[in-house]
Amino acid sequence: MADEKKIGVYLCSDCGIGEALDIEELEKVATSEFKVPVCKKHQFLCSREGVQVIKDDINNGEVNKIVIAACSPRVNNDVFDFDPLKNVVERVNLREQVVWTQPSDEESREASQMMAADYLRMGITRAEKAEVPEPKVTDVNRTVLVVGGGVTGLTAALEASQTGYKTVLVEKSGELGGWAKKMYRVFPSKPPFAELEQPTIGAKIEAAENDKNITIHTNTTISSIEGGPGEYKVAIDRNGTEETFDAGSIVLATGWKPYDAGKLDHLGYGKYKNVVTNLEMEELVTKGNGKVLRPSDGKPAKNVVFMQCAGQRDENHIPYCSTVCCNVSMKQAKYVRESDPDAGAFVVYKDMRTMGLYENFYKSAQDDEGIFLTKGEILGIEEAADGSLHVEIDNRLLDRKMKVQADMVVLATGMVSSMVPDDKKVNNLTPEYIGNMVKKETEDGEIEALEPESLILNLKYRQGPEMPHLKWGFPDSHFICFPYETRRTGIYSAGAVRHPMDAVQSAADAAGAALKAIQCLTLTAEGRAVHPRTWDRTYPEIRFESCTQCRRCTVECPFGAYDETDDGTPLEYPSRCRRCGVCMGACPQRVISFKDYSVDMISSVLKSIEVPDEGTFILGFVCENDAYPALDMVGLNRMNLNPNIRMIPLRCLGGLNLVWVADALSRGIDGILLLGCKYGDDYQCHYVKGSQMANERLGKVQETLDRLMLEAERVEQVQLSINEWEKLPGIIEEFSKKIDDIGENPYKGF
Amino acid sequence: MSVETILIVGGGISGITTAVEAAEVGYNTILVEKNPYLGGRVAQLNKYFPKLCPPYCGLEMNFRRIKPNPKITVYTMTEVEEVSGDEGNYKVRLKVSPRYVNEKCTACNACAEVCPVETSSDFNFGMNKTKAIDLPHEMAYPMRYVVDRDVCTDSSCDKCVKACKYDAIDLSMKPETVEVNVGSIVYATGWKPYDAANMDNLGYGKLKNVITNMMMERLASPNGPTKGKILRPSDNKEVKKVVFVQCAGSRDENHLNYCSAICCMASLKQATYIREQHPDSQVVVAYIDLRTPGKYEDFLNKVDADENIKLMKGKVAKIEEDPATGGVIVTAEDVEGGEKVYEKADMVVLATGMVPSVTENASLSFEENGFIVAGKSSGVYSTGVAKRPSDVTSSILDATGVALKSIQSLVRS
Repeated sequence: MADEKKIGVYLCSDCGIGEALDIEELEKVATSEFKVPVCKKHQFLCSREGVQVIKDDINNGEVNKIVIAACSPRVNNDVFDFDPLKNVVERVNLREQVVWTQPSDEESREASQMMAADYLRMGITRAEKAEVPEPKVTDVNRTVLVVGGGVTGLTAALEASQTGYKTVLVEKSGELGGWAKKMYRVFPSKPPFAELEQPTIGAKIEAAENDKNITIHTNTTISSIEGGPGEYKVAIDRNGTEETFDAGSIVLATGWKPYDAGKLDHLGYGKYKNVVTNLEMEELVTKGNGKVLRPSDGKPAKNVVFMQCAGQRDENHIPYCSTVCCNVSMKQAKYVRESDPDAGAFVVYKDMRTMGLYENFYKSAQDDEGIFLTKGEILGIEEAADGSLHVEIDNRLLDRKMKVQADMVVLATGMVSSMVPDDKKVNNLTPEYIGNMVKKETEDGEIEALEPESLILNLKYRQGPEMPHLKWGFPDSHFICFPYETRRTGIYSAGAVRHPMDAVQSAADAAGAALKAIQCLTLTAEGRAVHPRTWDRTYPEIRFESCTQCRRCTVECPFGAYDETDDGTPLEYPSRCRRCGVCMGACPQRVISFKDYSVDMISSVLKSIEVPDEGTFILGFVCENDAYPALDMVGLNRMNLNPNIRMIPLRCLGGLNLVWVADALSRGIDGILLLGCKYGDDYQCHYVKGSQMANERLGKVQETLDRLMLEAERVEQVQLSINEWEKLPGIIEEFSKKIDDIGENPYKGF
Repeated sequence: MSVETILIVGGGISGITTAVEAAEVGYNTILVEKNPYLGGRVAQLNKYFPKLCPPYCGLEMNFRRIKPNPKITVYTMTEVEEVSGDEGNYKVRLKVSPRYVNEKCTACNACAEVCPVETSSDFNFGMNKTKAIDLPHEMAYPMRYVVDRDVCTDSSCDKCVKACKYDAIDLSMKPETVEVNVGSIVYATGWKPYDAANMDNLGYGKLKNVITNMMMERLASPNGPTKGKILRPSDNKEVKKVVFVQCAGSRDENHLNYCSAICCMASLKQATYIREQHPDSQVVVAYIDLRTPGKYEDFLNKVDADENIKLMKGKVAKIEEDPATGGVIVTAEDVEGGEKVYEKADMVVLATGMVPSVTENASLSFEENGFIVAGKSSGVYSTGVAKRPSDVTSSILDATGVALKSIQSLVRS
């Protein structure tokens, strides 16, 4: 439907636009320069009458590419809503980013008018180049694969089943229930959060085993997973037998493993029989049917010392807090008291972390005269001839050292994600995904490369077999507001594999991950992207005939959406794609395009700008998620912006293609400003590393500038948060001054 | 056959999450919010811990998801009046309070320019003034002005009406009732700060330079009453030394019998606000236990590494004005040092706890502290801080799972 004749331009003169700008002149831009067949002015375009004008033109078949020159695309979306599968709608932001950012005096009129005319040209060009999406509506497999049969995995399977979805649950060990099954009692899960509860894991296992929607494979590991959301091919190894089946999405719920207490010999573990871990304490109490008997001789334990943070909060062992151990030790202190009313428990902690409503559980322990609690440190443990232990404690509450005689010491050891291989230290992992750095010979010589290590999922993905992880091996979301953001579309981690958490939170997390797994199937079936661009029904299309197998797209995609053939040709998996356009920016051949977003489109947009023959003139590429709204806020607050800049919004700054920089500079634009999200450890980019990729590409821009005989400083990237709009006018002014100092672009006027 | 619609009560981050996540599975959701804007408490925050990123960033992305999604209906200034029926088919009566501004509003600000009435800003906890007609805050969604009729001094004043050339202001607007049919209901009604004036010894309400942690968020926000400059309220002097009082109300049987779960991280975060404004500024945090669970430990270590931040296990006994400087003198017991300490500071921030917003509702069951356990009938759920004290990411985690639970109600009935 690339029918140029069907562009309609609608110019609104309301909200001060008519006063500040010459609308007739803008009309001439549309009709004379672009010869659009329909161009209409309206006093109040977002009114019912105004919208009706557009609707009539659509219904009469006169327009199908609608350019609305009025307010920001962030507002009135419900008003200017015309079937996006039939019509291209392009919003030209005359109000927030032109009229409201420019002074209303006579001298400013000309500059404002030039700004508005350019933005109109840019908008019409964008509409010309855009096509409506043709969504890939597909039959998806609607089975959810759940990996891990502990409390998280079982809950995920049951929750999916209760929503009407089939699941296949794969468990490596011979039985379901995970660590939860090893618990004698569990700490309170409901108000008033004071009493120990009977474990409910047995009921959960039974429910899953009797659920017709759930297929359970124990003693099973995953040999490989290929494909993408809606079309995974899963191969499993079931007790030595290979089987395959299809799945649509995946919940990773492989849980945790205890920190190796063998590394805690300084606390007497392994040396003294009566020093046990908190997990061993559970086994011991279960075996004793509630009785706490010391391991050395089976005598009832009269005094038990609990040492909190046995390895946790210690950079030599586990640098983080395991979240659950304070509650676990309260629970086990109660075992000691219930086992023998005359027995005592002594809990030594750094900070007592019984968060939220668990405070009442802590209080119930404090109220028990047989449970002593103190902030402190264990300085040393010695064994007496009879097997009992002398524990030296630095009591920080009393500010003195004390010796306690104990029958047992329980080390509250911590949780390590199951994504950490046994031979790796949790406090020192290679970034992103598990693997080993190796030297590799390539055409360019020897390079350091990460050799991936297969562990659980065994994805046959170009970017490695497992989920990328954050610090300490957790395959967690980096986003506070989006805990189910995932670097591998369709795969959602839940429970203690992604963050230390207790069984109650793991169950809640399992439900959340199950929702995302189901949602992924729904969205994929409609040809939509999953989070965040769920409205987007475009997908990347590749002109393979021009692809040079440079592999940049397959390497740079933040989500591992591409695999590649042996010769390096990208293999597309549209359902893995999040539509950020980072691959489009990466491609030196410009072969990757979306229906409404392409390298050619943005090149054409920037070429439509009328660069003045004199004066510093700047082009901005801005992240449409954060920097663009911040620019709107500049307008809303009526702060003045330098009029000699034009902004082009990008889905993500990572979509920046270097050809645009060359195009802009060869058109005589003096400087290019990139406004994107923060990158680095606390990155804010919605596409993980888009803004960082832009910055890395910028490092390569020197070559382009050298070829054009221009200064590198003409291109600059600024990291901007959405709420930093107060800084924007200054940032632009400062950059403009810098470009002034460098001098005019010698290509100006050509 | 169940009604394929879910009602979510409360448009903060938990409610938004439940509504958006359920809608993106394909179900209709109705999101009801009492305020004239969505976002709830997080819209008032300067930064999230531990990333120190602005909450608007995630809110904006959620609004982008809401705007083009026809399955989500948003009602602001709306409360639930009555619920009847059963899981799968609830009838709910909503009361929509008059905004006095209709959808023709273009946010041009002409009304606020002529409005003669200034009133204390609720959004900024009374630390500055707004007009009787104003935009709740810059990034408000929906982007529409609202009239606070309670503060209009002259009921016949219609300056704003005359200034509006869009006919967007209608002061005769009346409350409306809307009846909706839904299959399940999620209460995500969130929290309010505990009233710090209840703690006599801490001086809040008497000493101007004793503020709450939520006020601190507004003071540090670029769009706050001081444009992000942290100034002490008594004389707008820049603050060089600040004492944070943890568990101001929380973990105290005379006040709140629970831990509010967020205040340790919030104060450590706010300590960084103070530190980044002045290289020689000083911070003291007086705590009972430092509760930075899981990976938050990293943030604690970063803050602890700053020599100008002192973390002291101690209980604050009293806070008085320092007549010499206009600042405050904090008397505390340093538990580990075993002695009384006196800290002179420019300002005190009370880490006040979270109290559930809705504590009375005949159709809901509450635990003893007032958090909502669930509805008395099936198909009614609670999530976020309405359910239990939790931080933003845990609330969203819960809200996503509850979205699935609310869908299951529709599937099974």
